[in-house]
Amino acid sequence: MKMRKVMSALLVAAMTTALMTGCGSGSGSSDSGAASDSGSTADTGSDSAEDSGSDEGGKFKIGGIGPVTGGAAVYGEAVKNGAELAVKEINEAGGIDGVEIDFNYQDDEHDPEKAVNAYNTLKDWGMQALLGTVTSAPCVAVSEVSQADNMFMLTPSGTAVECVQYDNAFRVCFSDPMQGLESAKYIGENGLAKKVAVIYDSSDVYSTGIYEAFAKEAENQDFEIVAAEAFTAEAKTDFSVQLQKAKDGGAELVFLPFYYTEASLVLKQAAGMNFTPIFFGCDGMDGILAVEGFDVELANNLMFMSPFTPTSEDEAIQKFVKDYDAAYGGTPNQFAADAYDGIYAIKAAIEEGGVTSDMAPSDVCDAMKAAMVEISIDGVTAKGLTWEASGEPSKEPMVVKIENGDYAVVE
Amino acid sequence: MSFISYLVNGISLGSVYAIIALGYTMVYGIAKMLNFAHGDVIMVGAYVVMTAIASGGLPPAAAVLLAVVFCTILGVVIESVAYRPLLNAASSLAVLITAIGVSYLLQNVALLVFGANTKSFSSVVPVPALVLAGGSLTISGETIVTIVSCIVIMAGLTLFIKKTKAGQAMLAVSEDKGAAQLMGINVNGTIALTFAIGSALAAVAGVLLCSAYPSLNPYTGAMPGIKAFVAAVFGGIGSIPGALIGGILLGVIEIFGKAYISSQMADAIVFGVLIIVLIVKPAGILGKNIQEKV
Repeated sequence: MKMRKVMSALLVAAMTTALMTGCGSGSGSSDSGAASDSGSTADTGSDSAEDSGSDEGGKFKIGGIGPVTGGAAVYGEAVKNGAELAVKEINEAGGIDGVEIDFNYQDDEHDPEKAVNAYNTLKDWGMQALLGTVTSAPCVAVSEVSQADNMFMLTPSGTAVECVQYDNAFRVCFSDPMQGLESAKYIGENGLAKKVAVIYDSSDVYSTGIYEAFAKEAENQDFEIVAAEAFTAEAKTDFSVQLQKAKDGGAELVFLPFYYTEASLVLKQAAGMNFTPIFFGCDGMDGILAVEGFDVELANNLMFMSPFTPTSEDEAIQKFVKDYDAAYGGTPNQFAADAYDGIYAIKAAIEEGGVTSDMAPSDVCDAMKAAMVEISIDGVTAKGLTWEASGEPSKEPMVVKIENGDYAVVE
Repeated sequence: MSFISYLVNGISLGSVYAIIALGYTMVYGIAKMLNFAHGDVIMVGAYVVMTAIASGGLPPAAAVLLAVVFCTILGVVIESVAYRPLLNAASSLAVLITAIGVSYLLQNVALLVFGANTKSFSSVVPVPALVLAGGSLTISGETIVTIVSCIVIMAGLTLFIKKTKAGQAMLAVSEDKGAAQLMGINVNGTIALTFAIGSALAAVAGVLLCSAYPSLNPYTGAMPGIKAFVAAVFGGIGSIPGALIGGILLGVIEIFGKAYISSQMADAIVFGVLIIVLIVKPAGILGKNIQEKV
């Protein structure tokens, strides 16, 4: 009996020590890592301050956050690639006033909590400005903490209104209400249909935001909404009822303001019931051609709002498409383009605001906030792209149509 | 006309729930445990078929067979590694929690192996759609095959349990494990066989689920698994015909709720009906109300 007690006490002691040593060595190494890291940044920082602008200086630390895994991985991947391409170009051309950009991209799996964790990781790394996040819900979460830190953030594709509710946040893409409004205008002004049905995801801010603005603008347009049907995240496999109602209402066009994953099911089920209206989506539809195993035939004549068209004849766009294909294989989508422009916007704001690589994130943010409304960039998503203090970009929307499994611009 | 077409849609959604519920109810009926990993075995089955066709170049029928074999083995392994050591545990909660753990384990392994991207599953059902009433009513081939398989599986299981020795052993185990063991029945073997059959059904269900709704990611099995569990409770858990009836009813109620009440409220309506049914008939529609003998 006594023996057993002694043994168990010994065991407990052994395990505790193991635990403690585990902890100790872990925190020790990370401590030393952080120390040496911050040390080197400080060193190079003072270097660059001394010979201000020499190519020996420190680097601008720009962070990126987006889903590289998970249901929205197509977007996060594209943003990562687009941003890295822009960073590479800038660095090869000598950086910003001779100072290179150091870009660090973290995965958030399209999950708000993981996005905030990624943000904290980047902050520890020494991030001075953030390109991100890619999807709306995580972006809203990150904007809350970045506002408290006064960290400059530019989301390439966070469309929810709340993404840029604070003055430190800007975006490259259109907001949800803008997309709804522009879609309704486009459908009405081009006479695409007289009877329109809408299917939207009532459990998602992005989808509901677009739908509400669309429905409001539809009253001013020359078409009628014959069916407005919702679905929720818990029941997003069967769309037969929503499609049946659209069909019964005689809809000539079905507006689908949600992501491509569900849209691929909607298209398949509509084909199954011989319902062939025009399908019209928003930027979340981009990526449908990249779904593994998806029958691209189903997407023929699908139209969606997109600020970027890879088939455009524009020289800058052609160069971007070619370089992207060479680096990553495949045609870039609008997310890659938004990110590419985002990095160039950050560069322009750094130049305009006179930001140097040794400035604290909060000072960087103040300088860049003021600079954002002054800059104008000729990017791949728009020419003469400018920003308002509210964080919204001003640019013209475009509509893309899928023909024979490829993008085509609609004039 | 639209009423009939809603009804057909309801039956086709319900038949998918029913085929998943059959596996749930079978395992619960015999082993008296809720196998919450059932939905994820379905997902594994669908991935096996997809990989076998895309990478292995197997014909669909062989791929389905491979998935059935794979899932059967998986089911037996899960049972012997995760559930059997706990079967005599003091609390039945232990097995339930383990089942939830296995469910997450399968999801995360699939996440590692296949990645998180949603893949489009091409239907392996060769039956063409049935077009009625001049094109205004279409019944997809997947629906027809699902309903037929449901009925065949239900009849097969009922026959198996009633007519074979192994089936009789299952009945005995479900009624009283201890007494069955005293009568010389191999209880562990019988429960393993139950899991084997349940997981083979899961593979079939996975193929049919993904053929009807061709989108596959590591979480594909989770929600249908929960809905099918509801269907099994609805029909009377442990009852094989009850799973079929519960599944179909659940699908029809869901679609009618969406169509005639509100497309946003569909799930609230489904679960509302479930609560009412359970208040009126606590054992479910076809469930046996067994009185506990003291």
